[in-house]
Amino acid sequence: MSDVIDDLKTALKDKIIDIRKPRDNRLYIRVSLKDVKDVVEYLFFDYKCKFSTATGIDMREGIEIIYHLAREDKNMFISVKTLIPYPNPSMESIGKRILALNWIEREIHEMFGVEFRGHPDMRRLLLADSFPEGKYPLRKDFKHSDIKDEDYDYKRSGI
Amino acid sequence: MKKTIVPIGPYHPLLEEPEHFRLYVEGERVVDVDVEIGYNHRGIEKLSESKTWDQVTFLIERICGICSTSHPMAYCLAVEDLVGCRVPKRTQFIRVVVCELERIHSHLLWVGLAGHFIGYNTVWMWAWKYREIILEICEKLTGNRNHYGMFKPGGVRRDFNEEQIEYALNRIEELKKPLKMLTDAILDDPVIHLRLKGVGVLSYEDAILYSALGPTSRGSGVPWDARKDDPLDGWRDLQWNVIVQKSGDVFAKAVVRLLECFESISLIEQALNKMAPGPIDERIREVPPGEGIGRYEAPRGEVFHYVRSDGSNSPYRHKVRAPTFNNLPTFKVSCVGETIADVALITASIDPCYCCTERVSVVDKFGNENTLREDDLVKMSVMKTEQIIKKLGKTPTLLKKGVS
Repeated sequence: MSDVIDDLKTALKDKIIDIRKPRDNRLYIRVSLKDVKDVVEYLFFDYKCKFSTATGIDMREGIEIIYHLAREDKNMFISVKTLIPYPNPSMESIGKRILALNWIEREIHEMFGVEFRGHPDMRRLLLADSFPEGKYPLRKDFKHSDIKDEDYDYKRSGI
Repeated sequence: MKKTIVPIGPYHPLLEEPEHFRLYVEGERVVDVDVEIGYNHRGIEKLSESKTWDQVTFLIERICGICSTSHPMAYCLAVEDLVGCRVPKRTQFIRVVVCELERIHSHLLWVGLAGHFIGYNTVWMWAWKYREIILEICEKLTGNRNHYGMFKPGGVRRDFNEEQIEYALNRIEELKKPLKMLTDAILDDPVIHLRLKGVGVLSYEDAILYSALGPTSRGSGVPWDARKDDPLDGWRDLQWNVIVQKSGDVFAKAVVRLLECFESISLIEQALNKMAPGPIDERIREVPPGEGIGRYEAPRGEVFHYVRSDGSNSPYRHKVRAPTFNNLPTFKVSCVGETIADVALITASIDPCYCCTERVSVVDKFGNENTLREDDLVKMSVMKTEQIIKKLGKTPTLLKKGVS
C-alpha cells in the first residue's frame, strides 16, 4: 500500500529523514528529536492511527525510541524512530495529550533513564520503589551484580 | 462528602498478576482510580537478551499461563518478519488450531469467573466443565493441557497425525451443543441483563484514546483485531468474522467473548479439514541483523513483540507488550461513577489476569482500617444481584433448583 507513504510524505514533508518499507505491512520512519512529538500527534489524532506501544533501545550513542502506531483499515503498521543522545537523555512528553502513551513513557523513564518533560505522573511503574536511583536495568552497561543489597532503599517502599 | 481511599490488592495467590488499585470513593461512588503494577516484574526483556533465538520461545511462554501460546506466536512472527520467511501451509493451520483452542479455553475461564462474581455459580461450574473438553483436546494434540511448547521461529515442533485430528474434530463437535446452551442461557437471562448492562461503560472515543485492545475495544464498537488488521497467514485463508458490540459495558464484553468462541470453533474445524500433508518447519539457520515486529491477537487483545538483531545468536533488544498494559489504564474512565460492588466486575471485565481480589482494606480518613477479604467483595456483588432478583419478582431459570 504505497498510498500511506504518499499521504505521510505530503503531510510531514521534510520532517521525514528516512522512510523504509521492508514488508507489505511494515513502515519505518526516522525523524529528528524535535519533530517526533508533532509526527506522533499527527499520526494519532489526524491520521487516525491506533497507538500500539513504544520501544526504547540502548544504542550506545544514545537511546533510540520507537513509537509503534497502526493504521488498521489500511493494514499498515508504522514505526516512528528517533534518537535521544547521551548524556542525560530527555525529550518532551507526548503522553500528556495521548493517554495511551502515559504508561509506556513511565516505563521507558525507569528502564532507560529518559526524562519526559511535562509528563503528569513520573512515578515508577514496574520497578520496586526501593530500587536504587540512577540505575537503569535495560541499558546495555547495566549488570545485575553491580547492585548490592544495601543499595536498596527500603524506606521508600511500602504503600 | 469526604473522600475515602479503598486499596485493593496487591497479592493474590491464584492468578498470575498481583496489582494494587487505589479507589477514591465518595460514599459508594468511585471518583478516581489509581492502578499500581509491577509486583510481578521478572525482567524477562533483559533476560531474553542473554538467551539464544530458540531458547527465547520457551522463556516467553512463561510470561503468562493462559496466553502461553500467544506470546510465542507473536515472537515467532516477529523473528519471521525479521528473517523474511513464510511458514509452510500445514504449519499455518497447526498454528490456527492451537491458537484458537487457547482462545476458547481462555474465554470460558473468564465466563466462569464472571458468573462466580455475580453469584451465578451454575454458570461458573458449567463453563469450567465444558472448558475441560478443550483442555483434553490440547493434551491430545500437543501433549500438554497448557504450556504447549509447539511453536518455534519458522515452524512448529510437532505435527498432528490422523488419529489426533479425528479425535479433535469429534470432541469439538461434542462441545458445540452445551456451549450453545450456555450462551443462550446467559444472553437470555433477565437478571444478567440488569446486572451487566450499563455497568463500566467504556465509550468509543475513550477506547480509541486509550488504544484499548481485544474484547475491551471490540465491546466498545472499535473493530480492531490483529488477525485481520495485520493479515496473518492461515487465518487469511479461512472464513470468520470479527465480533463487535457497540454498547461498551460489561455485557457487551461478555457477548464478544461468548460469540468469539463459536468463531474459534469454526476456525478450528476449517483448519483441521483443510490440512494437507507437507513440511512443518522452514528451518531458520541464522538471524541476520535487522528488526522485526510480530502482532497476534491473544484472547485478551493484541500481543506485540519487537525484536532487533545485531547478527549474533541472541536478540539485541526484545520488547514485549501484553494487551493488559493498554487495557488497565481504561479503569480511569470505566470505574469512575460506579459503585464498589461493581468494581470487581469491571476490573474482571477486561480479563486482566487479575479476576478476583484476595484482600481489600478500607482505610477511612482517620486511619481506621477494616480488612475485607475476597469473599466480602464477592458477597457485595452477589447481594446486588439478589436485590435485582427481588425487584424483578421471579427467579431466573438459571438459578432455579434442579438446574444447578
